[in-house]
Amino acid sequence: MAFMGDIMNPAPLWQNGPSPGAFYNFPGNSSSLASNHTPQDFKAHSASPITTTTTVIGVKFDKGCVIAGDTLGSYGSLARFRDCPRVMKVNDLILLGSGGDYADFQYLKDIITQKIIDEKCIGDGLQLKPRSLHCWLTRVLYNKRSKMDPLWNSYVVAGIQDGEPFLGAVDKLGTAYEDAAIANGLGAYMATPLLRDALEKGPLDQEAALALVRKCMKVLYYRDARAFQRYQIGVVTAEGVTVHDTEELQPDWSLAHMIHMK
Amino acid sequence: MSSIGTGYDLSASQFSPDGRVFQVEYAAKAVENSGTVIGLRGKDGVVFAVEKLVTSKLYEPGANKRIFHVDEHVGMAVAGLISDARQIVETARSEASNYRSQYGTHVPLKYLNERVSMYMHAYTLYSAVRPYGCSVVMGTWTDYEGPQMYMLDPSGVSFSYFGCAVGKAKQAAKTEIEKLKLADMTVKDLVKEAARIIYLVHDELKDKQFELELSWVSKDTKGRHQIVPRELAAEAENLAKQALADIEDSDEGDM
Repeated sequence: MAFMGDIMNPAPLWQNGPSPGAFYNFPGNSSSLASNHTPQDFKAHSASPITTTTTVIGVKFDKGCVIAGDTLGSYGSLARFRDCPRVMKVNDLILLGSGGDYADFQYLKDIITQKIIDEKCIGDGLQLKPRSLHCWLTRVLYNKRSKMDPLWNSYVVAGIQDGEPFLGAVDKLGTAYEDAAIANGLGAYMATPLLRDALEKGPLDQEAALALVRKCMKVLYYRDARAFQRYQIGVVTAEGVTVHDTEELQPDWSLAHMIHMK
Repeated sequence: MSSIGTGYDLSASQFSPDGRVFQVEYAAKAVENSGTVIGLRGKDGVVFAVEKLVTSKLYEPGANKRIFHVDEHVGMAVAGLISDARQIVETARSEASNYRSQYGTHVPLKYLNERVSMYMHAYTLYSAVRPYGCSVVMGTWTDYEGPQMYMLDPSGVSFSYFGCAVGKAKQAAKTEIEKLKLADMTVKDLVKEAARIIYLVHDELKDKQFELELSWVSKDTKGRHQIVPRELAAEAENLAKQALADIEDSDEGDM
């Protein structure tokens, strides 16, 4: 009767019951799963972006908004991908620009595209408005960051809300605000002062806004090591949304001889 | 009817001794009672026209639509039980959406049709379900394949067509469609023909009120499925009414 154990090694008196001093855990119960963590139970989340894009800037003018972003996808400090468009027409009322992880932007772009198609399928002629998309983005990004797994982007939503220009930003933490001038990343330090200065001098028209944005892109190209000379500009007015063909800025490095490194 | 009382028509999962599945045939009957739906495939696109029967004056105009968008580039016109048809539309939409998320491009109609057909066919195989009481016509236009159109039956069978008709007056409508030179016609002409055919085959004595629904997907719409713009639809409808009035006048002249 070996299964009974011998005198020196008795079989356990009572199995599958509560261990002394503990409550009985039903098999498969969540509390029984919660104990005894193994290292594999802890999930590694995206702690940092991989292929990144830099600043996206947006500015309001009297009848709409302009958004711009260059087309460089950086792999760390390596200028790896030269054609990463990130100014997106959402529908006839909304333009969307993104900075940060490019794969995360592509992921969300596909979701937004399908959202717009679903909306068209309803066929009531109504369209998503920019404030709604802005709010939706805050929910998505905030939920992701609350799971400690953020989408590593900052978005600029530009559009026409009930005839008025709308410009809003959402970052990877779900922090959101509206402003007449928005720039993220390094642009927050270098482009925002230029944009605000121009806005304070009086209301902009479309021409002035485009010129201003082009100037900002140039300044950023000179100063931001992750910037690129090719960029996209998108304009949204009551007439609709246009994303221009990629433009190339003409830098002038003739002043470079003035810079002496010691 | 040979099927009644024999007991072979109680389930979709049982054949009759002469090799028929009566439940599927009954589903086809449900489609035959519905307003006529036609699909025309022309040179540069596909046009759908639906005779939507309005069974009560209390309905709002435009209620219970029978033409749907499945994806940007695919339209669907339905005949038969509207609630069944809506389920098929939803299935087609989710197929189109899945394809887009997997492959990053719009679903080819050939593939979509295959998937939806398989889905409908699955409902002819089991005793626990009944077949769908609707037929659907799907159409698209793409740059590289031109216009395409499929019609799908409750049995799960589908074919590609140049012109098709389903519903109450499908025979009369088919006769009219056969007179057209479909391959040479543009969607602008086809819309007028489609409206005319629907008005022609409509039976005023049996069904008093109806609404005409028109949609197209063509080169001009950049491959997007759209409801025909109001002015064009009104023009086509007026021409149809005029054509009908002319026929009636000439009939009286003969008397």
